[in-house]
Amino acid sequence: MELILLFISFVIVNNFVLSQFLGICPFLGVSQRIDAAFSMGLAVTFVMSITAAVSWAVNNLILKKFGLEILEYVVFILVIASLVQLVEMFVKKVSPPLYRALGIYLPLITTNCAILGLALLISLKEYNFLQGLVIGIGGGVGFTLALVLIAGIREELEAADIPEPMKGAGITLIVSGIMALSFSGFAGLIK
Amino acid sequence: MKKATPAYEFSKGIWKENPILVQLLGMCPTLAVTSTVINGVAMALATSFVLIMSSLIISSLRKIIPSSVRIASFIVVIATFVTLVDSFLKAYFYDISKALGPFIPLIIVNCLILGRQEAFASKNTVKMSILDAFGMGVGFSLSLLVLSTVREILGFGTWFGIQVMPDLFNPWMVMIMAPGAFLTLGIMIGAYGIFKGKKSKGV
Repeated sequence: MELILLFISFVIVNNFVLSQFLGICPFLGVSQRIDAAFSMGLAVTFVMSITAAVSWAVNNLILKKFGLEILEYVVFILVIASLVQLVEMFVKKVSPPLYRALGIYLPLITTNCAILGLALLISLKEYNFLQGLVIGIGGGVGFTLALVLIAGIREELEAADIPEPMKGAGITLIVSGIMALSFSGFAGLIK
Repeated sequence: MKKATPAYEFSKGIWKENPILVQLLGMCPTLAVTSTVINGVAMALATSFVLIMSSLIISSLRKIIPSSVRIASFIVVIATFVTLVDSFLKAYFYDISKALGPFIPLIIVNCLILGRQEAFASKNTVKMSILDAFGMGVGFSLSLLVLSTVREILGFGTWFGIQVMPDLFNPWMVMIMAPGAFLTLGIMIGAYGIFKGKKSKGV
């Protein structure tokens, strides 16, 4: 039960994009089309779940054991970079169509701050392994949700009559603000 | 396109290629920490320091780093400086370090820093790269300063912790939360577009 609450909390209440400001770059960059946004969301969810597990293991079984917490950041980012590389090779081998669909987005996941943020969050709050995994999946699903929602709105915005200086990033940020406002209505749903 | 003089490399980051308003890089810390001016300025200084130092190291090593592992090398250099900054803040400015929380380590994945290394420092001389990093750092800091000023004045009625609004003013809670950050930045980008549009028509 506690795990289900944790999951919901990271999908809706503590949504990585809309309430914690993590992963804004892909949120603004890859949200022109719904299908691309969905593929990106899937790839991120996948990497996030694995990162949650691996970074937890590295942090608790290696770094803490040998008193090397100062190396935390360097190690985490290396873990993420190599994981992304691995996932890329794996997807290329197993499913070429999926690989083509994800294309350029795969390597870009390395610099998605939602993923490093997740690894740091798990280490900071000292979640256990299972909780970490649930947060990883929940965070990924929440990211996908936000990305697909904004992509849907942006597809409609193409046809709308927007003042010239606000086109593109300006209007997207304002729409995101309104979305974040409506998501903040979920605050208090779970403590 | 102007010729690449040192003065141009420095000044382009401030207005013409402003990292936040034009290139939309480094948005996560921009939106997250600008609820008060002090946090915004601390984040701007920390990011600029990491940017300048990484540009220095990477532009001097640019002929040694093999291009196949360049991204990984850039990230390790950046992560090293971020660890330095983090330890420094923890030791001397504990309150700020606490307020910024995970956003200090997240400087590592600030796309602004990695972007400048990839697009500029790895291809240019040390002098030019440092000028470029300085310009980008100033542009980033100015944008953060404006954004956090607007948010702190409207959200708390203060600026740098000093009361500036009359007592009757009722703070807009929304400005210090997530939606306020998105809205303010959206309006800033729109305002930038208006200025820029006028200028290009005038010429």
